[in-house]
Amino acid sequence: MSWGSWSEFSAMGGYGFYVWGSYLVTFGLVAAEIALLALRKRSTLARLRLHGSAARGER
Amino acid sequence: MNWFKYSSPQTFFPLAGKLVPWFGALALVACAAGLYIGFFRAPTDAQQGEAYRIIFIHVPAAWMSMFLYLVMAFWAGLGLGFNTRLSGMMASAIAPTGALFTFLALWTGSFWGKPTWGTWWVWDARLTSELILLFLYFGFMALQAAIDDPRRADKAGAVLALVGVVNIPIIYFSVKWWNTLHQGASVSLTKAPTMAATMLTGMVVMAFGFWFYSIAAVLMRARCIMLERERASEWVVEYAKGPA
Repeated sequence: MSWGSWSEFSAMGGYGFYVWGSYLVTFGLVAAEIALLALRKRSTLARLRLHGSAARGER
Repeated sequence: MNWFKYSSPQTFFPLAGKLVPWFGALALVACAAGLYIGFFRAPTDAQQGEAYRIIFIHVPAAWMSMFLYLVMAFWAGLGLGFNTRLSGMMASAIAPTGALFTFLALWTGSFWGKPTWGTWWVWDARLTSELILLFLYFGFMALQAAIDDPRRADKAGAVLALVGVVNIPIIYFSVKWWNTLHQGASVSLTKAPTMAATMLTGMVVMAFGFWFYSIAAVLMRARCIMLERERASEWVVEYAKGPA
């Protein structure tokens, strides 16, 4: 398949809304999952450090 | 290689940490290749025009939604049978990613149904059973979240996950057993695929991309769960302190 131009590509033969509506949501949610997982790890570690130092009588 | 060595969180945690970037990179490469084939190599469909290009995420997402459920139920069942700690953690780590792909299968299906069928949604057997799959994932997560003791949460979740397995063949065979608006399988183990070779290639490459992504995401989540549940153990305390 060869697309004549960018506007032809983004129009998707008149189905642009449906095609891009599917792809944007898919990759948007995947990116959101990665971000949430990275945040979860950071906050888990922060919590563990807090508990750890409290248990040793520090801070 | 002694696989049992990795059945404890303490030994599995660093292994999972090493695997995440590899599977993440593989997912990136496969998805880039799949999208290239899907948008620049696969021909325009004779009947559906360009609308059919949703297939390159719709079918892989639907496959993953069912496959991840089976893997989740497998780990849950293993945990129930052998009372192994890691199994329950793996099952809990799979559920949100499974739910994500189930939602995406429904969402992309809806965006494909509107231009081709003329409706966003119809209560046919395939769509309804896939919606039930989404509720099974949500039910599993809600049930586990409602029980404070993680080991008891694992057991309750496992029973739900195992009972829900009956829904998977219902989804898969729904297009055969009932008269559905959803089309039958274009790809099956018993007969040649009924689609152009480049379309099939794009779809399979994307499926591998989603598969690698799922492994990376599940391992990332499993690592968080291991840290949270094993927080009292020496190795977690050491890890949390950071590199000495």
